[in-house]
Amino acid sequence: MTTTARREDTKPARKLPWILEMYRSDVAKKWIMAVSGVILLGYIAAHMLGNMKLYFGAEEINHYGESLRDLGGDLVPRTHLLWIMRIGLTAAFAVHIHAAYSLTRKNLQARGRVRYDEPRQYLAANYASRTMRWSGVIVLLFVVFHLADLTWGWFSDDWVRGDVYANVYNSMDAWPIALIYIAANVALAMHIFHGAWSMFQTLGINNPRYNNARKNFARGIAGLILIGNLSFPLAVQGGLVDLDGHTPGQYNLEYGE
Amino acid sequence: MSKMLNLKLKIWRQNGPHAQGSFLEVDAHDIPEDASFLEMLDVVNERLIADDVEPVTFGHDCREGICGTCGVMINGQAHGPEKGTATCQLHMRKFNDGDEIVIEPWQATSFPILKDLMVDRRAFDRIVEAGGYISAPTGTAPDANEIPIPKEVADTSMDAAACIGCGACVAACPNSAAQLFTSAKLHHLNTLPQGQPERWKRTEAMVETMEDFFGSCTNHGECHEACPKEISLDFIAFMNKDYVKSKIKNRSLASKR
Amino acid sequence: MLDAKIPEGPIEDKWDNHRFNMKLVNPANKRKFDVIVVGTGLAGASAAASLAELGYNVKVFTFHDSPRRAHSIAAQGGINGAKNYRNDGDSIYRLFYDTVKGGDYRSREANVYRLAQVSVDIIDQCVAQGVPFAREYGGLLANRSFGGAQVSRTFYARGQTGQQLLLGAYQALAGAIKSGKVTLYNRSDVLDIVTKDGEAKGIIARDMLTGEMHAHSAHAVVLATGGYGNVYYLSTNAMACNVTAAWRAHRKGALFANPCYTQIHPTCIPASDEFQSKLTLMSESLRNDGRIWVPRDRDEARAVADIPEDERYYFLEEKYPAFGNLVPRDVASRNAKTVVDEGRGVGPLKNGVYLDFAAAIARDGEQAVRERYGNLFQMYERITGEDPYHSPMRIYPATHYTMGGLWVDYNLMTTVPGLYALGEANFSDHGANRLGASALMQGLADGYFVLPYTIGDYLAPKLGETALSTDDPVFTEAVKDVDDRARQWTTKKGGTHGVEHYHRELGKIVWEYCGMARNQNGLEKALSEIPALREEFRKNVKVLGSPDGINTMLEKVNRVDDFMEFAELKVRDALHRTESCGGHFREESQTEEGEALRDDENFAYVGAWEWNGPDQEQTLHKEPLEFEYVKLTQRSYK
Repeated sequence: MTTTARREDTKPARKLPWILEMYRSDVAKKWIMAVSGVILLGYIAAHMLGNMKLYFGAEEINHYGESLRDLGGDLVPRTHLLWIMRIGLTAAFAVHIHAAYSLTRKNLQARGRVRYDEPRQYLAANYASRTMRWSGVIVLLFVVFHLADLTWGWFSDDWVRGDVYANVYNSMDAWPIALIYIAANVALAMHIFHGAWSMFQTLGINNPRYNNARKNFARGIAGLILIGNLSFPLAVQGGLVDLDGHTPGQYNLEYGE
Repeated sequence: MSKMLNLKLKIWRQNGPHAQGSFLEVDAHDIPEDASFLEMLDVVNERLIADDVEPVTFGHDCREGICGTCGVMINGQAHGPEKGTATCQLHMRKFNDGDEIVIEPWQATSFPILKDLMVDRRAFDRIVEAGGYISAPTGTAPDANEIPIPKEVADTSMDAAACIGCGACVAACPNSAAQLFTSAKLHHLNTLPQGQPERWKRTEAMVETMEDFFGSCTNHGECHEACPKEISLDFIAFMNKDYVKSKIKNRSLASKR
Repeated sequence: MLDAKIPEGPIEDKWDNHRFNMKLVNPANKRKFDVIVVGTGLAGASAAASLAELGYNVKVFTFHDSPRRAHSIAAQGGINGAKNYRNDGDSIYRLFYDTVKGGDYRSREANVYRLAQVSVDIIDQCVAQGVPFAREYGGLLANRSFGGAQVSRTFYARGQTGQQLLLGAYQALAGAIKSGKVTLYNRSDVLDIVTKDGEAKGIIARDMLTGEMHAHSAHAVVLATGGYGNVYYLSTNAMACNVTAAWRAHRKGALFANPCYTQIHPTCIPASDEFQSKLTLMSESLRNDGRIWVPRDRDEARAVADIPEDERYYFLEEKYPAFGNLVPRDVASRNAKTVVDEGRGVGPLKNGVYLDFAAAIARDGEQAVRERYGNLFQMYERITGEDPYHSPMRIYPATHYTMGGLWVDYNLMTTVPGLYALGEANFSDHGANRLGASALMQGLADGYFVLPYTIGDYLAPKLGETALSTDDPVFTEAVKDVDDRARQWTTKKGGTHGVEHYHRELGKIVWEYCGMARNQNGLEKALSEIPALREEFRKNVKVLGSPDGINTMLEKVNRVDDFMEFAELKVRDALHRTESCGGHFREESQTEEGEALRDDENFAYVGAWEWNGPDQEQTLHKEPLEFEYVKLTQRSYK
């Protein structure tokens, strides 16, 4: 008779500290994914809203960038609060990815190498839910690209630290780059759509009466973020945002780290 | 007399858990449309026997959709195309003359194939043994009406208890997760007043045993679609909530070392 | 003469007195005893869990992959309990009385009274285990009246009461498996009972995955292996239900009692074609609101809706005004057979009667009917493709439950010391006919509340004896015999038909001559046809594949082989009992109105048969039934 391998056999004799012990379980990993997902989602929403300043002109958005660095005013040394936020964000990102990675591995193992010969007829799973892994990887690659493009200025000689307006324009004015932004944001929106619905389920914040509302919430938030984020490359490509009357580095007083 | 169907069948044959499997292609002619799916297989088997071919092995027993023994993938769908219906209750009138039907066993690492369409689902028993019961030794019970249970509670408990343990949820899940099965058993017992004393111990033990065998939930909802008893996804959310609570409660119970 | 070991004293005190007088096994000594339980339905699972809780070492066997799949799971309607929660005049005495009367005075009073007594504890036990019985809005348990009872004493969990009770017992068993007191052998087919010096010592089980035969030894063996309804081929039993373990026990010396008693359930879905593999039961609760009728005109060709009210023959309501559609099962079944035999049957094969909900829908609304029977209507629609909300259901009787079984005494022990039979596998409590919602009650009574007490009485004097070694010649010889028997089927070359064919043929004979109505000519015909079929079967059955591994044909051929022998005994029993009683209707013995006519003078006994060898007729032993409390009357449901 075949026996099925259980994790019990490989469990360490000594118990791990509580939080790590808990992290061993898949359900808790999903919780961590949901909580880190909420943090990331909050960041994405704030990021999009802040970027809307692009439409108020170069001065507005560049000052906005500056004030992020200056968070906390004179109470804390400059950029310190921003760095704390960046570290928190990176940590959320890292556990989100680690949990996703280990769950994916586990799931592939649970499913085994043999697959159904007849293509699966999906009834409830939608494109977004089935492509979470791929949309996740796309978003991760995009984040790296996005940082290199606009935070570190690796791709352009015109990049000027602190001149958010001009940097955005110079980047997205090239259509291949605009296309990258559009594609990545579609992936992001799909990721958010399934993630936002899934999050309630994972955290157990559900009530049969509000299940429809949860689905609508996920649709709404994914839709808003999609529209907001797509508007930037489209606006640049469509000429709504341009460099007329803008001198590179014009508002660049003492910006930078 | 009922109408007759002529079908092309592709049936998975495999001699044991480690044997190489392959499809048996059969022309099944003159199948009455009032026959159940399993009766159709009976007819095919009788014809195979007449040709001195060993009949196809498949699990089945009550043929009333309640014992949970039967279950195959029919054209890529667990238990076939009719919602809320186990394979034995699926009737051939749901198919059309000339259809090709692909019949495969459940596939998951923790459901090794025993022979042809029959799989080993003992992992489900392990999950129940881990805590899927209320310890009430015979003779200890108080009067049945001593603890009133609100009708709504009894009803939701019954909704979950309707699970027949067939394994379609695992078979339909892209991750081979058994969350619907496990959460149904937990919800059945965890909502009842009698289930409270062991609630947190039960939840922790059952979830962790489940994770020893099966994948994790990515909230596709395929399990619910495949479920012959249409068990609700909400139970999974309740389980997620109870599991994390159990990790905290079980630590704080003074008697727990 | 058979000694049922009924305790002394007034009926209310018998069980109490007996519990006091029985020998006890000290709690610390229970772990020195091994008990084998075969079967994991309500009786088997509840017995195994309860014995393990007491401290015995229990080995449980099931041929399923999981204990939860036993056929108790398919029971729909409910479980009786004399709680009198409805304040409608129920009592233990009334349940006892109703059961003896419903069984047409062919059951043992003392057993039935005990059953009614513990029925109360069963409900408590199941609620404590988390069985989600239906409840009123106030949170207290709901009840309904069921199958001809005049009081509401039936507890239920939607239409899945059997499932929920079995899950309760299965869960208790799972807890015991976890604690290590129970060892579960799943996918193990018990093919023989081993005895030494007349006492039960163990069993031989075939590992259905490898084909290996294993011997298991214990101080006592408990059979909870269900009934023999599949002797009819088409029945509401699950496909794998069989008589093998009970029959093998019979061959080892256990008497088989009343095999002619079979309950035919009136509300099943009629067969639709030749390939039909089983019949599906629709809960009897449907008769609470459904009206049963057939067209008066034998050649009725109009659509159902066009048949005017006065041309509909509501045969039960007309013949039995007091009980109407709620007459006991045997009466309802026989009347359906009568009208179908008269040529009034409905449906394409003219093999059913209508069960019509139009009146209930008009009275209470479709919603109310949906709430009560939604899942049953859905099941009906799934199977037949017809919508019962708009056209009446078609129903016809089918074999459902078997009241006969291994003869047991008051302690549930068979005539083989150390061998017990519980639930449907024994004969004891239902007489010639079982009341609705009583099967679940009896299975759980035997398992939870009777056997755990009575087995101690047998085991106590055995303290210090170790279980017989499986190296003992009785075991090694039995293993060889069973293995040879299995291998002969596959080594035999050139069969003509598969095992299914012979089973179907056997079913036709038994249903035709020993079904709802029996007569001397038919039974004698069956007695000559069955041995001929058996001979042909043994010569010509085709079994393919290897005995060393999963082989569903081999599993089935052993079972059908036993049915072939059993069927003959069943018919012989039916032939000898020239009276009619309950589920056994002899056409020669009926009242002027066509009701079953008992012959209490000559047949108020349990007929228990003793095996004399393969080619010998069995010997009849009689256990006279004495009725001190219940007055024997002709049943009348007018």
